Amino acid sequence: MKIEASFLLGVAAFFGVVAVGYWFWSYEPAGTAMLVGTVLLGFVPGSYYYWWSRRMKPRPEDLPDATVEQGSGAIGTFPGSSIWPFVLGMGLFLIVLALVFGAWLLAPGGALVVSALVGVTAESRRGGTV
Amino acid sequence: MTDKPTGKPADQAPHKGSSLLRRYLGPLGILALPLMLGGCTLPSFYGFRGATKQGHDSFLLFSGTVIAAIVVGTIVVLLILWAVLRYRRRSDEMPKQFQYHIPLEITYTVIPILIVLALFGFTVVTENAVDAVSPHPAVAVKVTAFQWGWRFDYSGQHVSVLGETTQDPDPVGLNGRPCAPAVDCLGPGLVMPAGETTRITLVSADVVHGFYVPAFNFSRYALPGVTNVFDFTVKHPGIYRAQCTQFCGLYHALMFFHVVALPPAQFRAWLRSEQASSQPAASHPAASVASSRQGSPAASVKAAA
Amino acid sequence: MTLLAEHPAVLHGHPEHHEGPTGVLKWLTSTDHKVIGLSYMITSLVIFFIAGGMAILLRVQLASPHSSLLSLQQYNELFTMHGSLMLYLFAGPFAFGGLANYIIPLQVGAPDMAFPRLNALSYWLYLTGSITMLMGFFTAGGAAAFAWVAYAPLSSAIHSPGAGADLWIVSLLLTGFSAVFTGVNLVTTIFYLRAPGMTMFRLPIFTWNMLVTAILILIAFPVLTAAMVFLFADRHFGTHIFSVKGGGVPVLYQHLFWFFGHPEVYILALPYFGMVTDIIPVFSRKPLFGYKGMVFATMSIAALSTGVWAHHMFTTGVVLLPFFSLMSLLIAVPTGIKFFNWIGTMWRGQIRFDTPMLFCVGFLLAFLMGGLTGVMLASPPIDFLTHDTYFVVAHFHQVLFGTAVFAGFAGFYFWFPKMFGRKLNEPLGKIHFWLMFIGFWVTYLPMYVLGLKGMPRRVATYPSGLGWHLLNQVASLGSYLIAISFLFFLWNIWTSWRHPVAAGANPWDAHTLEWFTSSPPPHHNYLKLPPVRSERPTWDYFHPDARTISHNGRRNGHVKVGAEVGSTGGSDQ
Ligand code: HEM
Ligand SMILES: [Cu+2]
Ligand SMILES: [Cu+2]
Repeated sequence: MKIEASFLLGVAAFFGVVAVGYWFWSYEPAGTAMLVGTVLLGFVPGSYYYWWSRRMKPRPEDLPDATVEQGSGAIGTFPGSSIWPFVLGMGLFLIVLALVFGAWLLAPGGALVVSALVGVTAESRRGGTV
Repeated sequence: MTDKPTGKPADQAPHKGSSLLRRYLGPLGILALPLMLGGCTLPSFYGFRGATKQGHDSFLLFSGTVIAAIVVGTIVVLLILWAVLRYRRRSDEMPKQFQYHIPLEITYTVIPILIVLALFGFTVVTENAVDAVSPHPAVAVKVTAFQWGWRFDYSGQHVSVLGETTQDPDPVGLNGRPCAPAVDCLGPGLVMPAGETTRITLVSADVVHGFYVPAFNFSRYALPGVTNVFDFTVKHPGIYRAQCTQFCGLYHALMFFHVVALPPAQFRAWLRSEQASSQPAASHPAASVASSRQGSPAASVKAAA
Repeated sequence: MTLLAEHPAVLHGHPEHHEGPTGVLKWLTSTDHKVIGLSYMITSLVIFFIAGGMAILLRVQLASPHSSLLSLQQYNELFTMHGSLMLYLFAGPFAFGGLANYIIPLQVGAPDMAFPRLNALSYWLYLTGSITMLMGFFTAGGAAAFAWVAYAPLSSAIHSPGAGADLWIVSLLLTGFSAVFTGVNLVTTIFYLRAPGMTMFRLPIFTWNMLVTAILILIAFPVLTAAMVFLFADRHFGTHIFSVKGGGVPVLYQHLFWFFGHPEVYILALPYFGMVTDIIPVFSRKPLFGYKGMVFATMSIAALSTGVWAHHMFTTGVVLLPFFSLMSLLIAVPTGIKFFNWIGTMWRGQIRFDTPMLFCVGFLLAFLMGGLTGVMLASPPIDFLTHDTYFVVAHFHQVLFGTAVFAGFAGFYFWFPKMFGRKLNEPLGKIHFWLMFIGFWVTYLPMYVLGLKGMPRRVATYPSGLGWHLLNQVASLGSYLIAISFLFFLWNIWTSWRHPVAAGANPWDAHTLEWFTSSPPPHHNYLKLPPVRSERPTWDYFHPDARTISHNGRRNGHVKVGAEVGSTGGSDQ
């Protein structure tokens, strides 16, 4: 976890330096704002990882000589097939098209999105169709 | 090449001793050569040598960099080819599984840094020279780019030249004769004195356009909301074709113009005659160049055109 | 399903275990990264062929001056769409949605991506985004015609009215979200789902590069989305963010766009560098030379690339030239490191020139020239004389074609046996390579000269009498050769479909984890894993005596391999 944390914090540190340098060299606000955004993008998750890396034991994937057995146990929960990402995608498609072809498309688009959200929640509770 | 002025004194006179320098300075020295020799012997690599003082500076940097790139590129290509040809699989023998060689890795990190910093040094020097604006330009022209054409206003002179792509007022082609398809026409003419500094103030009336004169090795956006100012010091009289380079809509491909550099006396004569004739949008300067040929420097302009 | 790693073999004892839907329903509902990866790859290849067809039309038009095959409007639409499809919908998605999606979980030893349903959603947004962009051709005003950069104010409602432009913008909203979701998924997968012993500095370089790419995606794409939202608001909601008349700032659009656009170029390049970096060692039978240097080179390229955006704006006259020029020039340094590491890997190897390796060498040469001309463009005075000319067109095609096509097809030929369990035909692959290689140089070398002779880019037609005709003709001929080479590619696919030749788990004697499992891998990828003791677990397993040594002769790694594989030992297949 330590390397992951320092990777993200490194992003923050590098762009911190660039942002400061850029601002005082150019006084150009747009670029500076985006660079500061980038600093946050590294800093926020990076500090979270860092916080955790101080508090947890190294995982098997952090150990250079971990054996395969050390990795046993639950890896995570993986959903099986699900129609809902497709439904959600089509809903978003229609909503975006509404921007171009008229607000009426919001109705079917919104309906698809809502049903997908409901569907995917119910599915997660059931454990999905594996 | 049509756009080049006839006389190029700077391009002749090869220098002796350059090979000696080259031998002692190596690839980095080659980068330094353009400044030392004034670029007299530098190859053009299909580019323009720069018909303006500023453009010539850019050319020297360009040519020097191409040489450096060729040196570096050749070395790397040879390394690749050597590896590829020499180490083709010949047997099932297991090659040595080496992975790191720190001194070597440091070397090929440091050398590129040096090359790049050298290029950066020359870049800064050149860009300052190219972007420098003179406090006392001989003429000031305001250039307005619009969809789809150009307008040239001679500040304080009540002279302006206007040309629209879709209806060229006086369609003349590169050869000085009337041009049939619009795409062979020259568009409006931006007239300036040769040997003197012309100040260009560039603006756009609508979208982004690109003011680009290939023979001057220079381009700059006509950007709405921004006023760009730069100088040209054309070295020799001539006609230089030019066109918009930043995509600006339907007729972008036809948004031509050209620069006519006249000897200063003729330039002022042209300015006076334009002031005299009441209509602001105008007679074709290329034609005026053509009409006053005998014995004048403009004859060489015509020959070049 | 909660996946237990304890006895994966028990969980998936028989292949029929996973009785998911089949047929169309499988493609609509699957959350398996392998199925989604294939969907991505197929879709992006279709896009590639569409955009390539457009390129041929453009080249036919430009083969002679005053050509009237296409009208000005048609040319403008086609080059805009060619560029947009290639960049937004082919080169990126093929790499990070297609190959990476398929390969990354395998390379790190994970059963799937971290968020499988989000992964599926990414694909649907990508597909609908692609359809949206292509729909522009069927609207009354035609497709968008403002180049792939859509500079304001040309892209405003006044200068580009019509639904085609709107569709282009919203298409980028869809694909932008799709890319961000994929980025999040990749980072999480790489951080959380690695196999035991797979430390960060044992990740294959392709995985490393995808991690860095994913971070770049997260940095860049939100900015593009913001720019598109602003643009849309300016067009329809009466705001004046980019229009001078209402007090807006047109050049702000360029800042936003290129803050996305330059990292985007590396989002398109880094995955392909990764592919090449994984392939060259395999065919040289050696470990990658300078592994750690490679990782740091990738990181520095990415880091620098986010600070160079305004090198696309040198000629605006309103950006800080030295800053952007220095940052851009410095990128040459880590790029150089990569080159020397690739060469060092081949050095004293036993190189076999199967099709993937040939494509890698093609990539090296193409990218070398593209990279060197890129260094030139990073110098503002040189940019002044080449900006928006064919010199730039030649430069970026050498880079993009070198990466997305040469390296991309290297990756495709390399991983095809893993994805389908079949081999591709070697002679056909080699013909594809050589035709494309020749066509490539014949197409793009003349373009450099054209640019230096002053031919601007994005022109539908050009004057005669300037010496541009012959060069254009040659370039067009080259492009036809490229088109022909792809017929051999299609023929190859056809052959492997009709007359399959089984590939086996590890046909190339490769290095990384994905070659340990069967081809194609089972559902959830691994029945058993080898111990991971270096960045070459599969190689270490099959060649316990050929471990990596460093220059001073010391062996790296310290645990004996080969003894302890999972519980059963030995490779299957
Ligand atoms: C089959 C080979 C290809 C040919 C013959 C080709 C040809 C062309 C041509 C003729 C143009 C228009 C140039 C102009 O009018 O300014 C162009 C533009 C472009 N191409 Fe390609 N191309 C090919 C492959 C690619 C690939 C593989 C990519 C990227 C992955 C790509 C990306 C672009 C981009 C970004 C533009 C610029 C569009 C714009 O200016 O808005 N091309 N190409
Ligand atoms: Cu234009
Ligand atoms: Cu860039």
